[in-house]
Amino acid sequence: MTALLQTLYTYSQITPEGIIDRYPNSYNHFVLPFVIGISFIIVYLLIGLIRILYHLTAEERKRLFFSLFTPKTALKNIKDIFCDCLLHTKIWKRKPLLGYMHSAIAFGWFMLIVLGHIEVALFAPRHLDSVADGALYYPIFYRFFIWMSPEHETLRGSLFFFLMDFFLLYVLSGIALAMYKRVRSIALGMRHTTKPSLADRVALYCLWAIFPLRLLAEGFTADLSGGSFLTKPLNMLFRNFFGNELNFLPTWWLYSICLGLFFLAMPFSRYMHILTEPLLIVMRNAGLKVRKPRKGFAEAEIYACSSCGLCLDACPMNTQKKNLKYSSVYFIRFLRRHNEKKINEIADKCLMCGKCYALCPVGVNSPDIRRAQRETLNHKLSFDFTPMDNFRLKENSEEGAEVMYFAGCMSHLTPKIIKSVTSVLESAGKKFIFADREGGICCGRPMLLAGRTEAAKELISKNKKMIMESGCKILLLSCPICYKVFKDDYDLKGIRILHYTQYLNELIEKGELKVAKGSGSMVYHDPCELGRGCGVYEEPRNVLRTIGELKKAEKERDESICCGGSLGSLTLDNKDRGKIAESSINNLTAENPQSIVTACPLCYRSFREKSPIPVKDFAEVVCENIKSN
Amino acid sequence: MIEFGFKLSPSSRINLDLRDKASFSKLVEIEPDALKCMACGSCTASCSAGVFEETSLRSALLSLQNGDKEKALKLLSHCMFCGKCTMVCPRGINTRHLILSINKIYQVR
Repeated sequence: MTALLQTLYTYSQITPEGIIDRYPNSYNHFVLPFVIGISFIIVYLLIGLIRILYHLTAEERKRLFFSLFTPKTALKNIKDIFCDCLLHTKIWKRKPLLGYMHSAIAFGWFMLIVLGHIEVALFAPRHLDSVADGALYYPIFYRFFIWMSPEHETLRGSLFFFLMDFFLLYVLSGIALAMYKRVRSIALGMRHTTKPSLADRVALYCLWAIFPLRLLAEGFTADLSGGSFLTKPLNMLFRNFFGNELNFLPTWWLYSICLGLFFLAMPFSRYMHILTEPLLIVMRNAGLKVRKPRKGFAEAEIYACSSCGLCLDACPMNTQKKNLKYSSVYFIRFLRRHNEKKINEIADKCLMCGKCYALCPVGVNSPDIRRAQRETLNHKLSFDFTPMDNFRLKENSEEGAEVMYFAGCMSHLTPKIIKSVTSVLESAGKKFIFADREGGICCGRPMLLAGRTEAAKELISKNKKMIMESGCKILLLSCPICYKVFKDDYDLKGIRILHYTQYLNELIEKGELKVAKGSGSMVYHDPCELGRGCGVYEEPRNVLRTIGELKKAEKERDESICCGGSLGSLTLDNKDRGKIAESSINNLTAENPQSIVTACPLCYRSFREKSPIPVKDFAEVVCENIKSN
Repeated sequence: MIEFGFKLSPSSRINLDLRDKASFSKLVEIEPDALKCMACGSCTASCSAGVFEETSLRSALLSLQNGDKEKALKLLSHCMFCGKCTMVCPRGINTRHLILSINKIYQVR
């Protein structure tokens, strides 16, 4: 064993004899465009990083710093960067061809760079030592500077030749797909794509040109520097066509110019996401949140947006072409350009359903940025909630009443939901306090979504006081909007916060509530705030499956389409909301169910106006099918 | 204080000269629904905040037309933005945006 290791060691120490620098000082003028480009991008990145860190609060900076050295987050960082930035597992899962395209370009290019550096480190290590020896450009243009005698080609060298050609082919296949995508995006699973800006176009065409040019350049030099299955035959071909005395310098010039131009255009184009995404991942894993719409963490989010346009297909507003301009991708583009008027217009239009965030391959939390943007305008509006100070619970906590039912404003508009929930609770023999039987204080979520954080905080503190004084153990909610805010922003210690879908599922599983199997078929609509907002997908389906035949919607779970009634949007008008409701219903009735079941008073109302088939609330369905003992 | 059996009630006189026309047309520009209201009062009847203190978009719009912006702002100051009025409005007015816009335009900062 030791002998083997020793031979391996001595083998790696051998300086390859057949490798000679063709240029004594390893420099040629053609590297200049690349060197200018790469220096520019390095300086730009450093300044950008300092800017972002400067705008973080001291506490945030501390958090970020410590997260880098916490083993758990550090490991998660590495895993996320590898999976999201290089392999693009998120895109693979939803759209395999698109995933292949992007990972071919990203992972392939990454491997080309890494392997190129390893190759130089093994065969010409002195060039990596200092910038004066060309550390900046030498590994990139290694094949130009080296002369390799064919008799001295080692197995190790050949392996690298093969790998380099293999990954080049891999990238080229990705580029070919990318070009095809520009012509026919639907072939890769995208209905709409973004309109590229000028800088995007420059960078895009450079990116397309880089790899074919690299193939040409390395093909021209393959007889001198060595090559493998791709570059060697190409070299043979060129020699036959153009003769022996060909001047390959122009292709190397072009290759370098394209690289340089790409780096120069990068900060002003969508390709900034390549370099910003790792920073975003690290900051997100450190638990940072968007505070201001333009500065600090938000800036990392904005520059990490790849402008891919997956949010265009995701946005529920895309049923009308005129509303496509309100998608997250354009919101972020205008934020980058500081176009205040357009930013506010787009920020106010959004339904805040969170689908773009759920489907975003980078994970840019654009709903949060929109909320922060609304806050910049709306936080200074005054309010007066002193009349609500006198609010007292009308009902005393009866002996043993552990459950407090908070219906919320919207449920009061749909008395059927309240009636169903209370009668289900009664038949399960649960005593409960009805917190807002005669009307109560709003949960604060609508205020929060409108960017009036101070007002929301006041409502939250009033409700919190009322709930803590009641002495209940379980807070039951029938509105997902309330559920989300109670879960995220209330901090109710010692109280379980449950949406009624979760609670009824629990009661049925425990056997405290018995339901009979009905006959009808139904489809379940995931309300935005319940599904994407709080991750409750299984519990309602669980119960509905025991009651009747549960059919599938065309798109469901985190891809479900908003009902159009969302309180998130400030400016969307009635007509447009109706259009969204119709498209959502079309999506739900793909398998011809007999009824639509939802678990949100807002969805319930929006669907009822438009649906051709009956719309029922979850509690209503359970109530109809209770098995009396 | 001794009650003498009579009191002074605030004047109910409407002074249309006080009407801020420029601000109102700005409001209509931002939210054209401001002109759609037919004063049915559904919003007032369903209001969550109205349980505690008089809150009414209908009266607020009327007060703005009558040149009493203080009264309008007071009528909307307790609004919790819950959106019930939007759901019940028979004219499909985007009431939340209307309330927000009134606050934005008329609140003196």
